[in-house]
Amino acid sequence: MQTLTQRLANPTRFMALSARVLPWLAGLAVVLLAAGLVMALASPLDYQQGHAAKIMYVHVPTAWLSIMGYMLVAVSSFGLLVFRHPLADVSAKAAAPIGAAFTFICLVTGSLWGKPMWGAFWVWDPRLTSVLILFFLYLGLISLRSSIEDEALAGKLTAVLSIVGIVIVPVIKFSVDWNSLHQPASVMRLGAPTIHASLLWPLLVMAGGMMALFGALHLKGMRNEILRRRVKALRTVEVEASAGLARQPAE
Amino acid sequence: MSALSEVLRRDLVLAWREGGTVGVALGFYLIVVTMLPLGLGPDLKLLSRIAPGVLWVALLLAALLSLGRLFETDLEDGSLEVMATGPVPLEAVAAAKSLAHWLTTGLPLAVLAPILGLLLNLEPDAYAVLVATMLAGTPAISFIGAIGAALTVRTRRGGLLLALLMLPLFVPTLIFGISAIGAALTSSDAFGPSFLILSAISLASVALAPLAAAAALRLQLQ
Repeated sequence: MQTLTQRLANPTRFMALSARVLPWLAGLAVVLLAAGLVMALASPLDYQQGHAAKIMYVHVPTAWLSIMGYMLVAVSSFGLLVFRHPLADVSAKAAAPIGAAFTFICLVTGSLWGKPMWGAFWVWDPRLTSVLILFFLYLGLISLRSSIEDEALAGKLTAVLSIVGIVIVPVIKFSVDWNSLHQPASVMRLGAPTIHASLLWPLLVMAGGMMALFGALHLKGMRNEILRRRVKALRTVEVEASAGLARQPAE
Repeated sequence: MSALSEVLRRDLVLAWREGGTVGVALGFYLIVVTMLPLGLGPDLKLLSRIAPGVLWVALLLAALLSLGRLFETDLEDGSLEVMATGPVPLEAVAAAKSLAHWLTTGLPLAVLAPILGLLLNLEPDAYAVLVATMLAGTPAISFIGAIGAALTVRTRRGGLLLALLMLPLFVPTLIFGISAIGAALTSSDAFGPSFLILSAISLASVALAPLAAAAALRLQLQ
């Protein structure tokens, strides 16, 4: 009996399954994000921050996803290096730019929120700094991959870097995390959330919507990457055939 | 073990006879530290306040400069493949070469730092702490940097890419180095913990980074 990940090692099977899942996931993302936005706008105003606190409903889910995206890249990289799963590299490659985009949105919404609250777009606060460094790590992954021509090698080297990164991310987080201007975590903590239910529900719906959006984008990115590789392999075969070379088996 | 010390000795001899890399790193360090007061203005109080940070950041940049060549020359002339097929594991070779890099770059830069501190009006109390934190922190720079050198060994314009990949990973070293100096100057009890964590980062990277560097090299030698 094969597990799901083993079955998905066959790209054709993955393409068939993802084609069926993708519209539902994308639809779920639209519905949840729409519902979440309505709930967020209808939620009670913060007595101090007023409307500015509504940024939270975008900011916090993207912050969670910036870290989950990195975990996805690292787990995929682990799958590539250890299990040599054929889709792991595709997954890592597709997840990196999406994770970087979510991290960027987190930084931008954070600084838009910071301007009215702290009086500055950017303060050298531990939380902000560690997210910024996470963003740089994403950029490093993307630029390392793009600077190596051999795609298989680029995938493996990027995987090594992302695993080094996952070792160091907690250290970075811990190193910059002394006394923070940023408020402490109020949902993802041990014990009950310290946030009121009227604010928590819209936040959770938004987070669910963002996760579905991330998943849909990631699946679409993986499908595009598989198709791109197929086109490339076909083209190589075509060029070799027309040049009268011995036909090499495609990847 | 003898093969390992041979790798170390060879790298040290190469660095000594070539002379270029160490000299360039030290020169770069000097120039960066000299440029800053020219950019910031000769306010001695300001310079004295920012001196530890400036010296640390300049040291990082100077060390990065020579990291790019750590494995490159050996890959070009084929000696890296000989080492990879030899009896010594590639992890140990990577560790020996990182150690050689520390001895030829990290160590001289750390020892030179007090002289540059004079230029920046560094407080007299800070000299000993500065050198101590740099000696404790620079091994992390050489060993973690070796991962980046291994990853970018085959890429063109590897130097800039190396900086992009590795500078984020140097953040903990930089932060704990600076916070140890800051704590020592304000004579708070935070010096001990900061210094110990800095040493821990160095020790952990000495133990773990060669594994990653060797993995990256092995992928490219196949």
